[in-house]
Amino acid sequence: MNMEVRNAQRPASQLDLSNGIPCTAQEPLLQIHDLRIEFRGKDETVVAVPGLSLDVMRGESYGLVGESGCGKSTTAMAILGYLGRTGAVTNGSIRFDGEELVGASPRQLRKVRGRRIAMVYQDPMSALNPVRTIGAQLAEVPRIHLGTGRAQALEMARAMLRDVRLPDAGDMLKRYPHQLSGGQQQRVVIAMALLARPSLLLLDEPTTGLDVTVEAAVLDLIAELRHRYQTSLLFISHNLGLIAESCDRLGIMYSGELVEEGATGEIFRRPRHPYTQGLIACIPDVDSDKHSRSLAAIPGHIPLPQERPQGCLFGPRCDGFVAGSCDRVDLKPDEVEPGHQVKCARWRDFSRREEAAVVVPDGDRDAGDAICLTNVTKLYGTSRGRSLKANEAVTFSVKEAEIVALVGESGCGKSTLARIVTGLDQATSGQIRLADRNIAELQARARPKKLLQSVQMIFQNPDSTLNPSHSAAFSIRRSLIKFGIRKGKAAVDRRVRELLEMVRLNPDLAERKPEQLSGGQKQRIAIARAFAADPSLIVADEPVSALDVSVQAAVVTLLLDIQRANKTTMLFISHDLALVRHVADKVVVMYLGKVMEQGTVAEIFGGAAHPYTQALLSSIRSTDPDRSKAAHIQLRGEMPSPVDVPRGCRFATRCHRKLGICEQEAPPLRRLSSSHEILCHIDPTAGQTVSDGATRSADITREPAND
Amino acid sequence: MTRFLCKRLIMMMVTMLCASFLVFAVCEFSPGSVARKSLGPFATQQQVDLLSKKLRATDPLPVRYSRWLGVLLGLIPDPLQAPDSGLNFNDPRGAQYFGNFGYSTLNKLPVNDVIWNRLKNTAVLAGLAFALIVPLSIIFGILSGLKEGGALDRFLSVICITFTSIPEFASGVFLVTLFVILWPLLPGTSQLDPGSGWSIPSQLVLPVAVLVIYDFGYVARMIRVSMIGVMERPFIRTAVLKGMNTRQVIFGHALRNAMIAPFTVLLLQINFLVSGVVVTELVFAYPGFGRLLLDASLFGDIATLEAATLVTVAIAVTTQLVGDLGYMLLDPRIRVK
Ligand SMILES: Nc1ncnc2c1ncn2[C@@H]1O[C@H](COP(=O)(O)OP(=O)(O)O)[C@@H](O)[C@H]1O
Ligand code: SF4
Ligand code: SF4
Ligand SMILES: [Mg+2]
Repeated sequence: MNMEVRNAQRPASQLDLSNGIPCTAQEPLLQIHDLRIEFRGKDETVVAVPGLSLDVMRGESYGLVGESGCGKSTTAMAILGYLGRTGAVTNGSIRFDGEELVGASPRQLRKVRGRRIAMVYQDPMSALNPVRTIGAQLAEVPRIHLGTGRAQALEMARAMLRDVRLPDAGDMLKRYPHQLSGGQQQRVVIAMALLARPSLLLLDEPTTGLDVTVEAAVLDLIAELRHRYQTSLLFISHNLGLIAESCDRLGIMYSGELVEEGATGEIFRRPRHPYTQGLIACIPDVDSDKHSRSLAAIPGHIPLPQERPQGCLFGPRCDGFVAGSCDRVDLKPDEVEPGHQVKCARWRDFSRREEAAVVVPDGDRDAGDAICLTNVTKLYGTSRGRSLKANEAVTFSVKEAEIVALVGESGCGKSTLARIVTGLDQATSGQIRLADRNIAELQARARPKKLLQSVQMIFQNPDSTLNPSHSAAFSIRRSLIKFGIRKGKAAVDRRVRELLEMVRLNPDLAERKPEQLSGGQKQRIAIARAFAADPSLIVADEPVSALDVSVQAAVVTLLLDIQRANKTTMLFISHDLALVRHVADKVVVMYLGKVMEQGTVAEIFGGAAHPYTQALLSSIRSTDPDRSKAAHIQLRGEMPSPVDVPRGCRFATRCHRKLGICEQEAPPLRRLSSSHEILCHIDPTAGQTVSDGATRSADITREPAND
Repeated sequence: MTRFLCKRLIMMMVTMLCASFLVFAVCEFSPGSVARKSLGPFATQQQVDLLSKKLRATDPLPVRYSRWLGVLLGLIPDPLQAPDSGLNFNDPRGAQYFGNFGYSTLNKLPVNDVIWNRLKNTAVLAGLAFALIVPLSIIFGILSGLKEGGALDRFLSVICITFTSIPEFASGVFLVTLFVILWPLLPGTSQLDPGSGWSIPSQLVLPVAVLVIYDFGYVARMIRVSMIGVMERPFIRTAVLKGMNTRQVIFGHALRNAMIAPFTVLLLQINFLVSGVVVTELVFAYPGFGRLLLDASLFGDIATLEAATLVTVAIAVTTQLVGDLGYMLLDPRIRVK
């Protein structure tokens, strides 16, 4: 039935492709030539994109990568002729399937939008109309473009929801966007985009803001659907690592222009432009931990459109800048080899620079426990006398000067635990020993000053620690004075300056208000504030996940340097496993409030034994193009509500290795070594080896599965 | 849902009780006693004192309030109607029945004979005005919010702001000058008297026009602001980039979202139209509820005032309930299970 519906209205694009490949292969589907986009303000005109040229071939997946603000979204919007009232294309052309889109009439545009070019947005929640059902919003597409009747449109929507693997499609049609999770919403948006079988799909950061496991599933879905529907992709992201696997070709965009373009493998193996090299070096690699490599950061920030330098736009941030050749106005892209372009005056002068292999001496491994959690449980009362288990019997310890990472999907209780440790919340039971005290039920206001000083927190969003009406240095100064770290105005001021230097911020920024600082700068201030108190323990809750990748690298490197210099103990909360591998000494994996596995970085990343950890690890995108076709374990369904924790193993509803006993009995704690333990019915030491157990399971979905 | 409704109904009762008690307490401070008002200015002080005693008007406030409540609920007979009061107040419904609002000292009639008729007149006026205000303000608001700062927005905004800022009496006088004096198409007063030679509908035209002119611009401005906000939301972009035309975007996606916030404001206009249109009623000598309320409070006619207050509060709390229910209908995110 579904197939019939689908075939009945399968439009010409399918046919075009099947009989047209030989003759149209050379002609790009989308051809952007010398595109210039301006935004006219009241008193100044911003040139968001000065001159961009790129082609997307039929059936190709093209990745457009660059830091935020470089003009990626603007380009996508220009393709669809949607630049708002202030924006305009002032030069160049956008040809789609032979048709010029610049200056197209509204009628012409309406025929293209949603029908031949569709879009998937960054924030699916806000992209969907909150007051209309999913079904109504989906059915609109075939009704507008294919003239389908209501009932048939709904039937097509239902079929499409099944294609994007949403459970219970019929029920889903009647739901409202707020009743779905972020991942489900994004699937709905993807379904909506594909309903009219467009030949080009624009994806603007489609997974930013989603959990890693959800992100992996969405990317897999896009890859699969792309093959099934033979759609070309223009995949926009600030994360090079993320889209490496999904794209055939990459364009690296910087401040509105392409600085390098080439096949994905080629770009990764032989990046020529210093900016590309910097971006690649920013990606934390799952294959290396912090003891073997340090993240390189690209210093500085992307210039505002008004302050673009002459010649190479990357010049001010480039180590290789040479006056006379780099600042020439007639700088042109150069061909490295057919299909690989680079816009750098000096690319021949340097091949890829090896990142300095900073070997960090192993810390004192026999140090005592700095903080020790035993059976920490946190219940929140909900209405009708039920309780929500945010944490259940969490037990682990952190040695002095060690970094322990807490990982798990959002909602698994990481932040609750952080709040209890810092005294923003109170445990229901259990012990947290810190400096010979039990602080589990001691809230911040009951804590003595000394204790408050010794535990500091860094939040995901620096705005929550910085007072918007005071200068950036104010919070640092306040911390110094409050805890009596320095006495006297001169001493305090000197220390503020030292701290700013420590986080590599220009002291001139100290008197600025937070709103005048970038996200990365604010997070540096927050770090300086945390370290101002001379803490023995830092709790960092997703400290860099709100930042751009290039800034992330800089902030993480900085945090690690300071932590090492001060021998601070750190609880590092993150959902980014690649980053965790890079940062942590020890990893604690949580699921639904309980610790599923814990071990050293080597133990977790070298031989994770718990099915949940294995699933998390397999969801990390590899940046190595040659390795990217490995099988992914896909977690089915959603994390259950912490109010209704499944009996037996709490992971059983989604586990790909579930045994018969798992839904009945709680799994035992198994010790695999003095530092490695898991909570699972499967004994990894018995019988079959598990080193690569993932690939044996029947439930694993391999990428482009069956078509 | 039933639980929600029960809760709300109880809340409504409590609100009405509080409001009636407040009015009772405030009337304490109005000059002249109940007895004096009942007997009129020509009664001797002795007669007044005697009646005060019979009515036990010196009892403490809560006692008297409970007595009033008792009369209203039909638990006790109205003391003013007692034959020995010598007032000759007589309600054909009897002295003790449920819903007995007492005797109006101003009109020397049972309150129930006074208010319902007035309320009906006002309901006609308010209903007609509301029926025009809703579509007009939505059309104006949506059209001007569609493109903030555009020519249409500026044109419509000028109309809305001008109309709203003209006081009711000014537009009343202006319209009367135009349609009654210069171009005698309509009657100058609207006493709803069929014997005046003007049909009832023709008598309603001017008062309704004055109300609409005064009120719709304000609501339209509210809808405009909300519409501007909605047009900037990403889901509108989604709709446009689906290939929908402007009409489809407005009716399919913008309208309902844009109505969520102004919905309460719109309903509040009902309250305004029922009790706040004294000026219009005065200008056109319209026998409406607002004037009744004004007269009663100037005279200190407690019984009428209490009745009118209860009716107004009842309308207010009902519109609020309707508002909340409509809210849920418009916005699925706040629907209760
Ligand atoms: N409506 C607008 N008015 C003025 N400038 C804009 C507008 N939209 C985007 N810009 C500017 O255009 C540049 C590119 O922005 P954007 O396309 O959003 O980048 P990206 O998607 O790569 O993060 C930025 O400098 C931004 O400030
Ligand atoms: S042109 Fe010069 S400044 Fe620009 S990237 Fe190349 S080396 Fe660096
Ligand atoms: S106990 Fe069973 S369900 Fe739980 S993780 Fe282990 S195998 Fe999976
Ligand atoms: Mg963007």
